[in-house]
Amino acid sequence: MSKITKEDVIYVASLAQLELDEAAQERLVHEMGDVINYMDKLNALDTDQVEPMMHALRMTNVLREDVVGESLSREAALKNAPKHDDEYFIVPKILENDNA
Amino acid sequence: MTAWYEKTAHEIRDALRQGETTAVEITQNFLDRIDAVDKQVGAYLQIWNESALEQAVQIDARLANGEDVGPLAGVPMSLKDLFCTLRGNTTCASRMLANFESPYNATAVQRLEDAGAIFLGKVNLDEFAMGSSTENSAFQKTRNPWNLNCVPGGSSGGSAASVAADCCTFSLSSDTGGSIRQPASLCGCVGLKPTYGRVSRKGQVAFASSLDQIGPMCKDVEDAALVLNVICGKDPLDATTADLPVPNFSKALTGDVKGLRIGLPKEYFTESLNPEMRALIEQAIDVLKGQGAEFMEVSLPHTDYAVAVYYIICTAEASANLARFDGVRYGFRHPDAKNIQELYVKSKSEGFGPEVQRRIMLGTYVLSSGYYDAYYLKAQKVRSLIKQDFDRAFEQCDVILTPTSPTQAFQFGAKTDPLEMYLSDIYTISTNLAALPGISLPCGLTKDKLPAGLQLIGKPFDEAAILRTAHCYEQNRGFDMGKAPIA
Repeated sequence: MSKITKEDVIYVASLAQLELDEAAQERLVHEMGDVINYMDKLNALDTDQVEPMMHALRMTNVLREDVVGESLSREAALKNAPKHDDEYFIVPKILENDNA
Repeated sequence: MTAWYEKTAHEIRDALRQGETTAVEITQNFLDRIDAVDKQVGAYLQIWNESALEQAVQIDARLANGEDVGPLAGVPMSLKDLFCTLRGNTTCASRMLANFESPYNATAVQRLEDAGAIFLGKVNLDEFAMGSSTENSAFQKTRNPWNLNCVPGGSSGGSAASVAADCCTFSLSSDTGGSIRQPASLCGCVGLKPTYGRVSRKGQVAFASSLDQIGPMCKDVEDAALVLNVICGKDPLDATTADLPVPNFSKALTGDVKGLRIGLPKEYFTESLNPEMRALIEQAIDVLKGQGAEFMEVSLPHTDYAVAVYYIICTAEASANLARFDGVRYGFRHPDAKNIQELYVKSKSEGFGPEVQRRIMLGTYVLSSGYYDAYYLKAQKVRSLIKQDFDRAFEQCDVILTPTSPTQAFQFGAKTDPLEMYLSDIYTISTNLAALPGISLPCGLTKDKLPAGLQLIGKPFDEAAILRTAHCYEQNRGFDMGKAPIA
């Protein structure tokens, strides 16, 4: 029994900003279901008293002097943008003209 | 004429310093080799003929001036196409970044260049380093030089294949769950994953930030130490790099393992280990015993949970890291997007391949409201238990020895089920979860004439111990791995 339904896949895809066709949705119901079922083996462990390992290394407050350094030029920062002018990244209209 | 392409980095370094040859001759020799065999292997995504020869000309000029040219001067090598480079493109083997030109060099790349290394080009990988066979590259298939019907492993399949096919002296790679060590094992190379925090990740395109680590893929252990010396150390551009003294790792290769305590985790030597692999590992154990190392059984009781923990944490981190590819500032933008929401959705859906989308979906699921505690938090807790297992084992021993991969190289298309592919990392991922250093080195050929690898795992920041052990084994194993049988 898969733990993942088609509705789950559609909902998660909307969170992930992915557009899946019908076949991909069906495939992911099974593939994600298999993996999630496998992950459920962790439930066999009692971890109530265990601290989560949030970081690979125990480090706190890595600070540096606040000095002005070199940064990327505007030209270099813009050069990979699919669409830009001399100053800005350009994207399609964010607000539609429907009196919104 | 000398086949320089068969040589190691330290041999090339010595030959150049003694004036036996020039960096230009060596570099041309490698470019000719790539031209001759890479059509079969498919390791390279970009070959940088011109700039490689320009670099070589400069090294020769500086050598002629008597300048200090650096520890890797004139050594031709390849870069996994996951590292930002000012030269060429940085694609991550993804359509998303097919035309991306980085405005800076990754720190590790810059350190290699400053040390005089010559960049032959960039090599293939699973898209965004997600995979264990390099079959997830959006661009091409890379074949195992030992058997062209087999995969080279992954995700650093291009790195391993380029080293095994003598199309570079070494390759700069990255390892999130075994992506250096597993392909090294499948292609008969030496692959080192340093301790998390040893090498700056600045300019490595992020997959799973708490697991990713950069390391070298080499022809021998001495080269692994040599390259690690160059790339490691504190970097102000990566706050997770450790502010610790960096030893000269080459000096760790003393050949002496007398009294060294090597642990064999009983959970790694079960019936699920292929008998042929087990026999080769046992021969390696005998070699090290003969050199005076002491072996003992240790236990890593949470081993069986590592794959589940890993695929929760790595997909969660990947789903967050890959959210930046939204078609606005760089990367693929779908031409048909009519509004900003469509621009995000269509660009991601078209730009990312199936495995990357699968991992984004899994990661989004385990982080989503209602499931965060059950999956992500739970996995972080079990990650603590896995780390504690190693801490306890290292109270009894100095180094842990295991197989690297449960199997030899497999054929293309052999693992179509994602979960089955994920399980091919069972021996390597705990090292990433516990942030420990690990090295894979060849320990013989199977009856199919494919390489087998053994893995050595060290205490945090004790790369010296695993390099010393690996070097001692390599010097005393009593056989030559030979060369991959390509023209």
